Amino acid sequence: MTVTPVAEMTFEQAMADLEQVVTQLERGDVALEDSIALYERGAELKKHCETKLKQAEEKVAAITLDGSGQPSGVTPVEDL
Amino acid sequence: MSDLIDDPREGLNEPEFNVTEISGAIKRMIEGGFSHVRIRGEVGRVSMPRSGHIYLDLKDDKSVISAVVWKGVAGRLATRPEEGLEVVATGRITTFGGQSKYQLVIEDLKPAGVGALMAMLEKRKAALQAEGLFEAARKSALPYLPDVIGVITSPSGAVIRDILHRLRDRFPRKVLIWPVAVQGKSCASEVTRAIEGFNAMTPGGALPRPDLLIVARGGGSLEDLWGFNEENVARATAASQIPLISAVGHETDTTLIDFVSDVRAPTPTAAAELAVPVRHELLALVAGQEARMAQALSNLLSMRRQRLRDLGRALPRPDGLLETPRQKLDLWGDRLPAGLIQLVQLRRLRVSERAGSLRPALLQRAVRGEDKRLQALAPRLPQGLMRVVATKREALGRRSDRLNVAPLHQDLGRKSKDLARLAGRLSDAGTRQTDSWQERIAALDRLRETLGYKATLRRGYAVVHGDGRVVTTKKAASGATELEVEFADGRMQLAGKSARRVSKPDPEAGPPQQGDLF
Repeated sequence: MTVTPVAEMTFEQAMADLEQVVTQLERGDVALEDSIALYERGAELKKHCETKLKQAEEKVAAITLDGSGQPSGVTPVEDL
Repeated sequence: MSDLIDDPREGLNEPEFNVTEISGAIKRMIEGGFSHVRIRGEVGRVSMPRSGHIYLDLKDDKSVISAVVWKGVAGRLATRPEEGLEVVATGRITTFGGQSKYQLVIEDLKPAGVGALMAMLEKRKAALQAEGLFEAARKSALPYLPDVIGVITSPSGAVIRDILHRLRDRFPRKVLIWPVAVQGKSCASEVTRAIEGFNAMTPGGALPRPDLLIVARGGGSLEDLWGFNEENVARATAASQIPLISAVGHETDTTLIDFVSDVRAPTPTAAAELAVPVRHELLALVAGQEARMAQALSNLLSMRRQRLRDLGRALPRPDGLLETPRQKLDLWGDRLPAGLIQLVQLRRLRVSERAGSLRPALLQRAVRGEDKRLQALAPRLPQGLMRVVATKREALGRRSDRLNVAPLHQDLGRKSKDLARLAGRLSDAGTRQTDSWQERIAALDRLRETLGYKATLRRGYAVVHGDGRVVTTKKAASGATELEVEFADGRMQLAGKSARRVSKPDPEAGPPQQGDLF
């Protein structure tokens, strides 16, 4: 199993790990102690995924350009 | 006045112009007659000096006309004139009286139809393809769930709205819009700068660097979309480190950027769909995973519980396990004392049997037997010794034979050979010496013979001997008691003094070693 702490995982990584955990558990050939550890890890991964999904927020900004066409800042865009 | 005086000379009634007047007249006529023309031709030489004006030639197979695009118009042109491009120029003809020239002042310049643009596009496409910019291996994968999406498009209009709406439906994200002109002259350079600008942002900088770029524009004519066919846009897209989705025009429009982008979306909306997954589907997926996991664990536990029950049931009662051994213990416990007694009796019986047969006579018989053997063996001892001595002697003989004969003989042979050789050499040397001496003796003897008086005798001389000496004088002969004449074949006795008178003394007789040899 990967050594990346769950909290630092991207959604995609966490999802892939969760899938792996579920598959392992469904195969049913893990030792009881391991299966409990696996379940706990799965729960952690699932929570992380959900957090990532719930974090979804829309924030739209447009870059403002200076006279030479270089970005000079951003202005929020709300009316679109 | 003209009414009154009739000019007799023909032709002189036509008005007379000076050069400026005629130039002005021509100018008025031409600019009046060609104040708005559309001219189709191929762009020839193009020069763009720093002034910002563009000078070019328009030509066909027979003629050429100079043209100029003033700076103000040049900035608005959608199509930059490129040599070889078939164009339709709109404008007016002006004359330049100072040099007797005329030229077309272009107010608008458009490619001469789709065919001309397509031909140029195909040329660029082939060039970029040859460089390998379209290779699938160059394309990078889109992130599964980008945090920040950079959108390069017009800040107003349906396109950005479509994209934002679709993102909102699927998975609201942070969106950074880089506003650009999506058509016209500045389109290509602005899009290029936007792609490069997003790539230049550092992660964690003042502006969040996007994980994904979308370059989008709504549908339009080929001319409208032309900016996205420009080479600098295509190159910036190919060089982009951030994965890039192109969504230019409708599904049927394919621009150059679509060949080099990592993914081509048929429409801006489709680009948004490609950019993010659907959030509620993911939520459902996560929930599904959780359910599967819980189910799996529960299955796992119930399976083990069942197994435990099964095994427990199969486990026999402790009493049942002990019954048979206990019975065996009883049985053997009963038989133990009897067995012990029996064993002791048996042993005692055997001891008494053995003790009974143990008597002195037996021992004596054994001693006697051994004594007899000793007696039998003793006489054989000397014999054996002799045999051993004989054997050893024989061995000694063999050894001594082997020891002496061969090498000694060899040595002897070698030495006697040497001796024989040396003796031979000695004998040869001796013989040679003796022979030479004999030869010398013989030679000397022969010399002696020749030199001796005896040879002289054979020639008729004689030697007179008297009293054992050679008589050489008459005086001596007279004095001698006895004379003897020696001839070659022997000696003859002469009578004494009488005889001497008869015989004539030999006057020639000389000393033996003298003669007539000299």
